[in-house]
Amino acid sequence: MSELQGILRREVAKLLEEGTVDLFVGYVDADLPLKTSVRFLRSPEEAEALVWNASCTSNPAALLPPLFRRPEGLRGEWTPPRVGILAKGCVSRSVVGLINARQVPRDSLYILGIGCDGVIDRHRVMQRLGVAELAEASVEDGNVTVRATDGTAQTLELVEALYAGCRVCRHHAAVIADATIGGEPAPSDDETRYADVEAFSERSSEERWMAFMEEISRCVRCYACREACPNCYCNECFADETAPKWIGVTTDPADLAFFHIGRAYHQAGRCVDCGACVAACPQGIDLRLLNQKVNQDVAVLFGGEASVSLEEPEPLCQFAMEDDQGFMTEP
Amino acid sequence: MTQKTKAKTGGANGWEPRIAAFLCNWCSYAGADLAGVSRIQYPPNVRVIRVPCSGRINPLFIVKAIQGGMDGVLVSGCHPGDCHYISGNLYARRKFALMKNLLEYVGIEPERVHFSWVSAAEGVRFAEVLTKVIESVREVGPATRMIKEFEAVP
Repeated sequence: MSELQGILRREVAKLLEEGTVDLFVGYVDADLPLKTSVRFLRSPEEAEALVWNASCTSNPAALLPPLFRRPEGLRGEWTPPRVGILAKGCVSRSVVGLINARQVPRDSLYILGIGCDGVIDRHRVMQRLGVAELAEASVEDGNVTVRATDGTAQTLELVEALYAGCRVCRHHAAVIADATIGGEPAPSDDETRYADVEAFSERSSEERWMAFMEEISRCVRCYACREACPNCYCNECFADETAPKWIGVTTDPADLAFFHIGRAYHQAGRCVDCGACVAACPQGIDLRLLNQKVNQDVAVLFGGEASVSLEEPEPLCQFAMEDDQGFMTEP
Repeated sequence: MTQKTKAKTGGANGWEPRIAAFLCNWCSYAGADLAGVSRIQYPPNVRVIRVPCSGRINPLFIVKAIQGGMDGVLVSGCHPGDCHYISGNLYARRKFALMKNLLEYVGIEPERVHFSWVSAAEGVRFAEVLTKVIESVREVGPATRMIKEFEAVP
């Protein structure tokens, strides 16, 4: 990892030095254990702060769209910046999705692809080890060692600590890139991709409802999942709209349910299972359980994968006469 | 729609389902109209909302209707190939397939959410579809899940 991190820093410093890009979006260390944050780098010296490790959970593509919006009230010529982005497989797919949705111009992007072995889901680590709050953590030789705030140290295998989506990831390397660093880890087997969804579906309707409401009852509606998501580039989110007022200013569970159904639904045909929302959630809600359901339905009903090609329109931007309509009510 | 309506007609025993029906202006609404002028009888449990096209229907409308206390929702538009706007119903079909599955997945009874194609010439079919929808909602009884308990802030 650290060798690759060195290559990354040199590459980015070169890009900024030569003026290939005006700014570069990459990961830097954060104050909390098993966390990194995303930073815009503008000078070659800053590249020294870049990191690449198993805690690079967020999706920097989420920060791209605002950079390419013409500043309000500006008159005359405006040239969008040249932006470099560090793209592991899922991030590159998000970038493809944004290009397809005309949110970012391909010409203004420099995509630095990087082979990714998966990232850690800190909620999962804490849950597995029964730790309420982490004081320190380190990753060495395929093991995650954490120290809780009460001083006890515990170890978990890295494979066990990975985000569920990373363990079944088909795109460890960038699907679109101007340059690539690092190797290309083999794609994992697909068998268990929707295992969680299938297990959940087998429960009775009432059990599913209770489990769903139980899971989202922890939600404080901070909308961190939305802010972390590259698909959430709408100028006005349905959650913020006041006419119609989709979601009331209440603590009513029905409003929570509405938000979570709406959020998951809006990911249809676009979610790349990067796990940025799961990592961003302060309450450790299993958002993937909903995302993956929609992903599975899109894959089964309409075929294909979200955002893997610049040629193919997203599944909900197209239709086929022979689409399944077995769900329709016939008299 | 967000206002909670506590009083269900006639109390627990005399409960009658309330159905929100989103009908496209060009086919299903005209079909319902035809059922009317042809004096075809169907149960009066439906509240019709006319929309320009089934493609106009934001799938969140369905969720919102359930949240507002509707016992069932019917969405109806032109048959594939007959859309006044060429392809609105075909895009809608994809959206509805996903929404129906998602609602069922989180535990909203599938018997409450219905989609159907009804043309302007199918007054009889409209009455049949509605009868079937109302029967299916009757089977699962009054809606209990996702009903908003708090009064909407005026």
